[in-house]
Amino acid sequence: MSKVQGIAAAAGIAVAKAFRMEEVHLTVEKRTVEQPEAELAKLDQALGKSRIEVQLLKERTLQQMGEKKAEIFESHLLILQDPELIGPVRDKISSERVNADFALKEVADMFISMFENNKSAYLRERAADMRDVTKRVLAHIQGVKITDLSAIQEEVVLVAIDLTPSETAQLDRNYVKGFATNIGGRTSHSAIMARSLEIPAVVGTKNILDEVKDGDLLILDGLEGVVLINPNAETVAAYREKQQRYEEQKVEWAKLKDKPTVSADGHHVELAANIGTPNDVTGVLDNGGEAVGLYRTEFLYMGRDKLPSEKDQFNAYRTVLEKMEGKPVVVRTLDIGGDKELSYLKLPKEMNPFLGYRAVRLCLDQQDIFRTQLRALLRASVYGNLRIMFPMIATLDEFRQSKAILLEEKEKLKQEDIPVSDEIQLGIMVEIPSTAVLADQFAKEVDFFSIGTNDLIQYTMAADRMNERVSYLYQPYNPAIIRLVKIVIDAAHKEGRWVGMCGEMAGDSTAIPILLGLGLDEFSMSATSILPARTQISKLSQADMQKLAEQALQKSTAEEVVQLVEQFAGTQQ
Amino acid sequence: MQQKKFRVTDEDGIHARPATALVNTANKFKSEVFAEALGKKVTMKSILGVLSFGLEPGDEITFIAEGEDEAQVIPALEEVFVKEGLGEVYE
Repeated sequence: MSKVQGIAAAAGIAVAKAFRMEEVHLTVEKRTVEQPEAELAKLDQALGKSRIEVQLLKERTLQQMGEKKAEIFESHLLILQDPELIGPVRDKISSERVNADFALKEVADMFISMFENNKSAYLRERAADMRDVTKRVLAHIQGVKITDLSAIQEEVVLVAIDLTPSETAQLDRNYVKGFATNIGGRTSHSAIMARSLEIPAVVGTKNILDEVKDGDLLILDGLEGVVLINPNAETVAAYREKQQRYEEQKVEWAKLKDKPTVSADGHHVELAANIGTPNDVTGVLDNGGEAVGLYRTEFLYMGRDKLPSEKDQFNAYRTVLEKMEGKPVVVRTLDIGGDKELSYLKLPKEMNPFLGYRAVRLCLDQQDIFRTQLRALLRASVYGNLRIMFPMIATLDEFRQSKAILLEEKEKLKQEDIPVSDEIQLGIMVEIPSTAVLADQFAKEVDFFSIGTNDLIQYTMAADRMNERVSYLYQPYNPAIIRLVKIVIDAAHKEGRWVGMCGEMAGDSTAIPILLGLGLDEFSMSATSILPARTQISKLSQADMQKLAEQALQKSTAEEVVQLVEQFAGTQQ
Repeated sequence: MQQKKFRVTDEDGIHARPATALVNTANKFKSEVFAEALGKKVTMKSILGVLSFGLEPGDEITFIAEGEDEAQVIPALEEVFVKEGLGEVYE
């Protein structure tokens, strides 16, 4: 038995065989063949196998993610039987007496370059579909296994270098019981997605893919961030028990599902959830969320080949607002750049993407993108309780410009006789230290703040949160961070505004007592953290937490703050 | 032979999803089905062919059917074309 330590990214325990995900590179060489018939048969077989796989993929996607996500596979199926593709490939094999994979690649490449050279950006992106389908067939002709995440049909723990958000979205949690990756941190996208899919995950192990063979038995502990390779029977039994205890605790939490969040001394706070897609709303309601505190609209823009239309966005926003039935929904306008890139925007590579052209900076520059999103939001506003917030605001002027554009679009819609709510609250993310420091000035103009701790910590500590070598500097409990949070909350309350927090810190059991004491009004977290947090808050007195927070503010290191909270928790039990 | 001309009005042109629906419809018939646009003619039973037109709003496309069930082909394509919001019949 060996053990790999990583970062606990999504809670839960999985015991299953390892499934290694490797990037495959196919090489195709031209050969002259004696018997073209044999090559034609190989081609037909490979096409047949591919069709069965894609059909399966289509059905599964249809079941789990709905018609829209499944459409892409319908086009893949048509390509697999396209006479304009298969005809020329067969001709080539017969007349030039070449191997099937070579003939296919030649013809497919012609289509790929035709798409790539098209003037329409949309068609240029279709080259990716063509490559995807071609790769599948080529692999079958050559007898090479390619990893197809959504085709996994037995219980596994997935092991990979990293998973992209769209790969994570393909995971079928009936089969993929957990995943472990070489790179990533608690706030990387695969980790965030794992929590919203409720798949236990351990990330940032550095070397798990080298340590594990296909079929090894793995225990993945997403609570401790540990993966055990080929454990003995005793260990498996112990973990099965731990798994069961965890499941029981989940049942316990479920009892608080429809209760408000109230501290032991009667202070009410709001527990909200962070979501990425309309599908996540079910998880929010199942976990007793009182609001959506952060709707990350980036996912609407990702995993596609061009900007989403106003109609697409409107439908998504409306769905979320309607499903939440009047509960508040805080939508964050587009936050791309940084670690989130969109290939079709063709943004130049930057030396410091986290300090560069991203979020509202990009939106104020490329206003057509921003205006489309704002129009979609405004049109959706009549279907629920919409709140809009702008990300990465560094100066008051950025907020004023953003607000002015919003009001312009609102006026235009009114001119077009399209109904728009007049009750939309307008706020900002506080994730740049300059904004936290100047919160008193911002508080005069915004309706609310939402503190984005993931970025606020990285910008305050000047430590890239994706860089594992400086991960020790990601210190949510550093007194400097706690003081900044206090500045923001006090400034907002002085002007009668409310303050939320939508970073990972808001759902952290060590941070919660301090945040409650500082007077935070709304805690927005992964849906699965809501019930544990509600349980915790119900046992805390807000008056006592104020005192605890006072002490925390006077500490000099993060360790001292953690000690303080642990000591206090000890006296509680 | 049956044929009918249409004009694309969808802001996205003819994208993969509606193209898939059109090709699936053409595949239901025994007749040869073609599309003619921008001076090119392709079989409507090929999604790569239909996509390769790269049609944009304002472009015209003619559907042509030849074969035993040709009478039913054009109305079926018209229904998909209009229902998918691709465009309108070009008079």
